[in-house]
Amino acid sequence: MSAPVLVASDWWGLFGQFLLLSLLAIGGAIGTAPEMHRYLVEQQHWMTDAQFSAAIAIAQSAPGPNLLFVAVLGWGVAGPLGMFTTMLGNLLPSTTLALAAARWGEARRATRGVQAFVHGMAPLTVGLVLSSGWILGKAAWGSLALIATMVVTVAVCLRTRISPLWLIAAGGVVGAFVG
Amino acid sequence: MPPPEPARDRADADRGPPHSILDDEAPARPASPREIFRVFNRLALQGFGGVLPIAQRELVERERWLTREQFVELLSVAQVLPGPNVCNLALIFGDRHFGWRGGLAALGGMILAPLGIVIALTVLYTHYAQHPVVAGALRGMGAVAAGLVFSTGLKLLPSLRRNPLGHRPALAFAALTFGAIALARVPLFWVLLVFGAIAYAWAWRRLAP
Repeated sequence: MSAPVLVASDWWGLFGQFLLLSLLAIGGAIGTAPEMHRYLVEQQHWMTDAQFSAAIAIAQSAPGPNLLFVAVLGWGVAGPLGMFTTMLGNLLPSTTLALAAARWGEARRATRGVQAFVHGMAPLTVGLVLSSGWILGKAAWGSLALIATMVVTVAVCLRTRISPLWLIAAGGVVGAFVG
Repeated sequence: MPPPEPARDRADADRGPPHSILDDEAPARPASPREIFRVFNRLALQGFGGVLPIAQRELVERERWLTREQFVELLSVAQVLPGPNVCNLALIFGDRHFGWRGGLAALGGMILAPLGIVIALTVLYTHYAQHPVVAGALRGMGAVAAGLVFSTGLKLLPSLRRNPLGHRPALAFAALTFGAIALARVPLFWVLLVFGAIAYAWAWRRLAP
């Protein structure tokens, strides 16, 4: 990727943008990807559409939290320093807020309000995890082999304690031949 | 010391001073921030296409640092706060055990090594992206990743059995959330606001002393 030249105000703009998006990322960083696309591709022209999509695909296929697509985006814009800028911007506000809120809740965890919140949210959380699996799986709907791969994964995962690493590797082999 | 409240399904009240249920029910606990770093590093490196399934497996099934209910509870909190869910989860877990040092250890373990890998992949990818075998393998791995996340959701369903909402209403809320997000594609914000408010009010009533 040929990196654009950034001046000082660009760096602050990039940092500020990711600071802001950090606080909007309810339910995960991936939810703010459309807004990052608008800023990096459409407004600043710092990367192309294809580079943006590739960044998300790479982060999905690599080990680690999905958040890392933010690092790949920053790297694409301005190399290591760009990566540092977007990651720090994206982590600092949400991390600080999460710690403060968690400690606040922890200190009041016996109260009816916090108990009601924790127990009321639990079913929504489980529903959201199922939704994530469903939405991620949509990419596989075009191929019978990939659908079968998904179904087998669910069955194996529920019945055995085999490490997911082996399943991922098997999926890679299946995909390489028939996907 | 307050008298035990029978309406609550936890054994909180008879254990004395304020503390976390994370401390009293889980069969095991981390010995040091270093151990937290090691385990979160291990689980992040196994987490292809998402860390959540591995986090559940490693923290609940392998290390037994959390019960299934505690995992859902922690995830609920991590989920409604802005920021990446699993990173919030790591941070809060670490912080509850060893303060900010634990939080930093968990977050660092979660991010540092995968960051190096993902950047290496970025460099590699620009060379091999067009190769059909590489593209196919990525799709196959994506399908498995989706299956892993879905089965994690299925494994967490039994944690709703003891929910004070009642088992069936809790399952109904989970199904409604799934329908709204996965099928109707309603924005997350509105789902959390509307269903969250209803579920909160419902739980509030059920928890009446």
